[in-house]
Formats: sequence, C-alpha cells, structure tokens
Amino acid sequence: MSVPETLLPTACATPPVRFERGQREVFCGLTGIVWLHRKIQDAFFLVVGSRTCAHLLQSAAGVMIFAEPRFGTAILEERDLAGLADANEELDRIVGRLLERRPDIRMLFLVGSCPSEVIKLDLGRAAQRLDRAHAPGVRVLSYSGSGIETTFTEGEDACLAALVPAMPQASAAQETQLLVVGALAEIVEDQFRRIFAELGLRNVAFLPPRRAGELPPVGPNTKVLLAQPFLSATVAVLERRGAHRIPALFPLGAEGTTGWIRAVANAFGIAAARVTAVTEAGERRAQRALEGLREELAGKRIFMFPDSQLEVPLARFLSRELDMQPIEIGTPYLNRDLLSAELALLPAGVPIVEGQDVEAQLDRCRAARPDLTLCGLGLANPLEAEGLATKWSIELCFTPIHGYDQAADLAGLFSRPLARRARLRV
Amino acid sequence: MELALWTYEGPPHVGAMRVATAMQDLHYVLHAPQGDTYADLLFTMIERQGRRPPVTYTTFQARDLGSDTAELFKKSCLAAYERFQPSALLVGSSCTAELIQDDPAGLARALKLPIPVVPVELPAYSKRENWGAAETLYQLVRAFAGPAATQPRDPRSCNILGPTALGFRHRDDTREIRALLEGLGIRVNVTAPLGARPADLARLPEAAFNVILYPEIAHSAASWLQRTHGQPFTRCIPIGTIGTREFLAEVMQLADLADADVSPEALRAPWYARSVDSNYLHGKRVFVFGDATHALAAARVATEEFGFTLVGLGTYSREFGRDIREAAATYNVPALVTDDYLAVEARITEAQPELVLGTQMERHIAKRLGIPCAVISAPVHVQDFPARHSPQMGFEGANVLFDTWVHPLMMGLEEHLLSMFREDFEFSDQAAPSHLPQSSQPAPAPAVPLPAAVATGWTPEAERELMKIPFFVRGKARRNTERYAADRGIGQITVEALYEAKAHHAR
Repeated sequence: MSVPETLLPTACATPPVRFERGQREVFCGLTGIVWLHRKIQDAFFLVVGSRTCAHLLQSAAGVMIFAEPRFGTAILEERDLAGLADANEELDRIVGRLLERRPDIRMLFLVGSCPSEVIKLDLGRAAQRLDRAHAPGVRVLSYSGSGIETTFTEGEDACLAALVPAMPQASAAQETQLLVVGALAEIVEDQFRRIFAELGLRNVAFLPPRRAGELPPVGPNTKVLLAQPFLSATVAVLERRGAHRIPALFPLGAEGTTGWIRAVANAFGIAAARVTAVTEAGERRAQRALEGLREELAGKRIFMFPDSQLEVPLARFLSRELDMQPIEIGTPYLNRDLLSAELALLPAGVPIVEGQDVEAQLDRCRAARPDLTLCGLGLANPLEAEGLATKWSIELCFTPIHGYDQAADLAGLFSRPLARRARLRV
Repeated sequence: MELALWTYEGPPHVGAMRVATAMQDLHYVLHAPQGDTYADLLFTMIERQGRRPPVTYTTFQARDLGSDTAELFKKSCLAAYERFQPSALLVGSSCTAELIQDDPAGLARALKLPIPVVPVELPAYSKRENWGAAETLYQLVRAFAGPAATQPRDPRSCNILGPTALGFRHRDDTREIRALLEGLGIRVNVTAPLGARPADLARLPEAAFNVILYPEIAHSAASWLQRTHGQPFTRCIPIGTIGTREFLAEVMQLADLADADVSPEALRAPWYARSVDSNYLHGKRVFVFGDATHALAAARVATEEFGFTLVGLGTYSREFGRDIREAAATYNVPALVTDDYLAVEARITEAQPELVLGTQMERHIAKRLGIPCAVISAPVHVQDFPARHSPQMGFEGANVLFDTWVHPLMMGLEEHLLSMFREDFEFSDQAAPSHLPQSSQPAPAPAVPLPAAVATGWTPEAERELMKIPFFVRGKARRNTERYAADRGIGQITVEALYEAKAHHAR
C-alpha cells in the first residue's frame, strides 16, 4: 500500500530522505509510561482510554512485576460514550479514589488516548479542575499519548512538554543554568552530573526530575541540552519560556558523548584544555571498551526499522565507531533541525526513510539480507524464523545506553544477537 | 469508567486475532490506529510464533480523521488481499475505529473481492477478549459451514472446537484430546480454529458431534451447529482424572460406542495422590481463580483428586458468573466474579490460603503474600508455552496438574521434619550455609536485649519463643498471633497467647 515516494528537499550536507506511507508497525506514545513512571518516582500515570490501552501497557511492560503499579487506565465504557455518565464526574470519582488509596502520589498525569481524543474529552481542562481540587498535595497535569498523534517515544516528548508550564520561573539574576532534557537512567544522570561539575558548571538540572517536587526552574538564563533526539515539542515550549537550545550530537558512543559535552563547553565559554582534561579519560575508556566489539561488528550490514527516533544517532555511532554499514535507516519522524549535526556525520548515500509501509520495508529487508535488523517486538521473531538476526529496539529505551561508560553496553546490544547465532549449534 | 491496573482479558479484537492467527489461509483487516499493532507481540513474543499474525492494520492517524479513513480502510483491504492472497477475509474495527463508524463490512463488500469477506462487530466498550474470540469463531462457522451432509454421518466422527492461538495450553490439550479420541476409534473431522482453513470449516457439518474444549470460546459456535445442523456437543471438560473419565463416557455415548474403561498405564496422578507422602497435602487450604472453565475444573480436581480444602473460588469470565456462583455454593465458599485485580488480592489476603491456583496475576499476589502458587488459566505469560508437551487436559493433563500444583508445596513435605528439628542449632536463619567455609560465617550477633515490647506488644519471653520457630514459617506465626491478639483485644502477647493463637489457627 505504498504511496508514491517523494523526495523531500534536504540540506546540502544531509543524505536523501524518502517519505513512505502505509501500515505502521510501531507503539503509540502511551508506551513511554513504562519508563517514565520509573523515572518520576512519585508520579502516577492515569490513561483515559479503552481496554486496549490497558492491555498495551501491561503487554509492553512485559511482566507484571509491580503489585500495584503507578500507572493505570480509566477504561471508558458504553455508558460514558452514550452520555449516560458524565465523563468528567466519572474521572473525578476515579481520581479521588486513586489518590485516597495512594497518598504517596505527588503528581498525577491524565494521559489522553486514541478514544479520548476521538470523543474530544478535554483532559486539559479536567487536569486544571483536578489540580485545584487536590492542591497543594498533588499536581495534576495532562498530555496525549494517543496513537493517532504520537509514536512511541513522542509520548515522552508530550509528557515532558506538559511539565514545562509547571516549572518555576528562573530568576534573571541567577547564574546561567544548564538544563539536560530527556529521561536517563539514574546511573547515567549521575555520571553526567559529575562531568558537568568537573567542567565547573554549578547550576545543572535534569528534566524530568526524580521527584515531582524537584521541577527545575526555567527562564531566559536557561540553556537546554537534549539527551534524547525525540523531544521537539518539549524544546519548543522551553524556548517559549525563554530558554535556548544548545545544538549538539547526542551522547551515544564515545564520539557522541564528547561532542555533546563539547557543545555545552562552547555554550558556556569553557576553555578547550579544560574540556579535554574532563573528557579524555572517559573517552579513552569508552574507545578501549569498544575495541573488541568493533572487531565483531565491523563490516556488518544493519537494516533499521523505524521505532524510537534514536535510529539516526545510532546509525552514526554504529557506522563511525564500530564500522558497521547501515543499509537503510528507518525513522518514524525525522527532525532535521535537532538532528542536523548527526545527519552530517552519516556515511554518504545511506537511504533514510521517514514514516513506514511495513510490508514494503520487509520486502526490502528480505531482499537486502542484512547481517542484523533493528526492529520492534512484533517483527523480531518472524524475521529470526526467516533466518535474519535481529535486535529488538525497545531495549534501547529500557537499558542505560548514554554516555562513555555505557558505550560498550550499547554496542553489546548489537553484538549479542550475532555472537549468540555464532555460538548456537542447534 | 472503570479503573484498571492490570486486566485479565484484552479487548475483543484481540480475541478475533487469536482466532485468525490460529487459522490458516485467513487474513484479518483491522481498522485501527498504529498503537494497536502492539498486539502482534503477544503472538510473536509471548507465544514465540515464528510468523506475524495475519493481520493488516489501517493505522490511521489524527490527520486522516479529517479526510477519509474509509478510503484508507478500502486501500488496506485491497492491499492485504493482493499481497497475502487469503481464501477469506475477516474485517472489523478496534475500539477507536468503532467510534469513527466507518462500517468496515460495507466498505469491504463494496470492493467486490473474489473471496468471501466475513465482518465481525465487536463492541469494544462492553465486551472482552474471550467474547471476541467466541463471536469471531461463531461468525466464521456461520459463514462457512456448508449445507448439512447428505450422506449419513459416521457416528464415530467429531470436530474439536475451541483451541486458538495464545490459548493457555491449547496446543497441548488439542494433541492430548485428539489422541484420546482416536484411541477410541473416533475420527477427528475438523479441529477449529487451531490449524483450520476456511475450507475446513465448510466440512464441520460432516461430523456426528462436536467436542468443545473451551466453552468461553466455542460455546456459541457449537450451539449454532446444534441448532442448524443437529450436531450435539460435549459438556464435560476433560480436566483431571475424573473429568477426563466423564468426558470419555460422554463421548462414547455420543459416538454410539459401548462403555469401556479407559485408564492408561501412564496415568499416575491418582496413585500419587494416594501414596503415603501425599498425606501432607490433606486439607491444604486452596484459593482458585481463573477463567470459568479452568477455575471450575481446578476446584473439582483440588477437592476430589488432591484432597485440598477450597477456601475461595472466582473468575473473571463474567459471562459464566452464574456457573461459578452455583459451584461456589456447593463448596460452601464465597464466589468472586470480578476482573478487578485488587479485589482478588483483597479476597486472597482475607482467605489466607496455603496454595493459590490462579493466573499470572495471582502468581504476583501470592508472591507478595508469600504463598505458593500454580498457574491454571490465561492470561498467558511466556512461561505458559513450555517447550515440552504439557497439557492441562486428558490423563497426561492430570499428571501435569499433579506435578505443577504439588511442586510449589514441596516445602510442606518436610513439615514434619521441621517440627522435629525446629530448635536445632544448625537449622535456623543464623546458621551459615554448610557448604561455605567457616570464615564466611557472619560474626555472631551480640546478645543484645530484645527490643522493648511496646511496639509489637510481644513480651520478651514470647518473642524468644517465636524465634524458636523455624524462620520460614516464623512470619506466618507472627502474623497469625498478632491477628489473634488484635481480634481479642489482647494487649501483650505472652508465651501463653502465642500457643493459644497456634491452637486457634490449627483448627
């Protein structure tokens, strides 16, 4: 069901990008709840949706490890749709019960879904009303994770964008603040904190915070550094509050991490010698750790299905630091602005495909017989059964992969499927 | 609106997918947004299927809502037909598409495809997964079951109805039951939906009767076949030794066979239950929760074949709530018909069972409460698709039940040893593992005076006595004693009170 492919105008340094439309095989933005609720430890995510939403969440979470998780679904029923029940009253009742049961919750997200969007349930207004009702103990915010509007990691973007209006105003007198944006594993966040401290930055904050009460301030004195490439909406609202984005590579791999830190140093006018002193050891450690993995992965051809929007920085890392050969880089959306530094470093001539027509893409993948295919959970085992090695992409969102000391872990995600195939004799 | 933390069943279109994926040569075109494609992973990751479910999703987006989602549906239908060349198409909507009311049935008909198109309407805001599977099977059977056979039917022929993809041990149950039927000389005409093509469904009326393994899924199709084609269907569920014998007796009657004793040598469960070491199973308090079919069967097997005592019976299959209530009344236990996970947890906590027979959800509840648990029913988990043949049904199924229900209790086998050795110096939580060198042994804890009794209400003597109880049952003893004390307004737990409580709970 592919529509005619269109060549979109691209900047001179960036490779050709093809746009494809057809069946998409991706998660919706609700999936982000699975890692976001681990990150903000006193937040509850209440999806207002259908049984499908609830089922997606528990299936994406894989195992039901938490007896009483900090996410749930207010499932719309026939009477809600038929207007027999006032959806807002119902929501108030459910939220009231929920907060009564969970006094530890400090922040509640009402998360919009496909059904709530289609019936035009105004969760923004509901959140304002509930916020007033439950102030000051609980902050109530809303965003949409619906599949008709968001793809997979865009759910995190929508969530973080919803946090921005709740952030306090930074005082103009304050020292310039570095605001690192994007959910990172705590261990990685702590590593970056140490690096920025060594650079001499004293005012560093992370979004999202670990606790609802620790929302950092924002203002014209804030410089924004993205840790994830899929945060365009969040950047836009931060800029509206006066913040400035630091254009940079993303901190995947040794080169990406150094580039990311260097961009900060430039923005803060830190001397080059000091930057080198801070990054040298980490960079060398990462490179050393990658050496063995490069031997395993060099020359291997990789085909990437669109999924997390991490595909472009990953392709840059895999091609430049591991000598892998990307043969197609699929991405659900391509934000040329946020990825301009990344795009410039991609090997010449690699096709980038924005959007998806999964059947056509599978045809191309089968024809290309790549050594490794990066794809979602629905496709991985069927491709393995056809004899193609795969790496399931959702792990990229659940595993700490950013920074120097995770560079080899990231490469390991790609080498393990190949090493495993080589070892198995059955 | 209803708050759900975990759900026992998915939406009804997932039920339709289970039927479509079980079958061959059938393709399902689902009008649904992109997020709904998550359902593929249920089959490829949980069931480890090596092929994608035969499902095409339209994956409409917000911008399509303003233009023409109906056109998108037609294009998807056509593309699916051309690419997959199925012999029939199933069409329908997921929850979101139901709201935009595009009428997949009419749209697909308008395409005038050269193959049959079966529409399934699955109300996503009132129905669930099993209902969706049942409705889909029913619609497919209605659409394809040919005219009544002209030749007289062979009385020794039947169909097996109910097994689907992503079913709890459906794969193994089907193999087991098929072998039992064939052992009696009964021919299995068609098994559906698992492995069937639409053309096979056309042959359904040729059999003399239907065997339905999972009423949640097969009952409506079987009822229709009975009404329309005069095929009777089985009511006994072949779970457990007794259930299997009754099922075989019913089948022999339907197949016009003389009653015969069928007890294979390999049936070990009844003997194992009678063997002396199984005495420790006697009267174990067991809580049962699952889909209606498996819960009812488990309650019976637990009481009649294991000698357990049932302390609770429940189901999330609301359509079968009456059956569960009736059964619970005969066992004299409260019935629980709910799909609220928290309500199940509350009931289990209250019932204080020694074993939970439930779903993966109850496994988590039981783990939290420190109670052994065996899984008897969907929702499925990757563990529910073992590599080995592991049926729940038939005589081999009875053997499997014995193993899987008793293993979590194995600690109980040593119970008499525990009481014998409870004060043994080597048998306490302070003792280091005997296989580790002595140097790794932690320094003995200094003999600190026991904490003041104020917080717990325990006197130092009672606390010391408690410490003589083996550590792995100590928590339970503490809880039971404190509850006993609280119920009776006993402020200070003395040694006396500890043993009073023990006597009370010993019942």
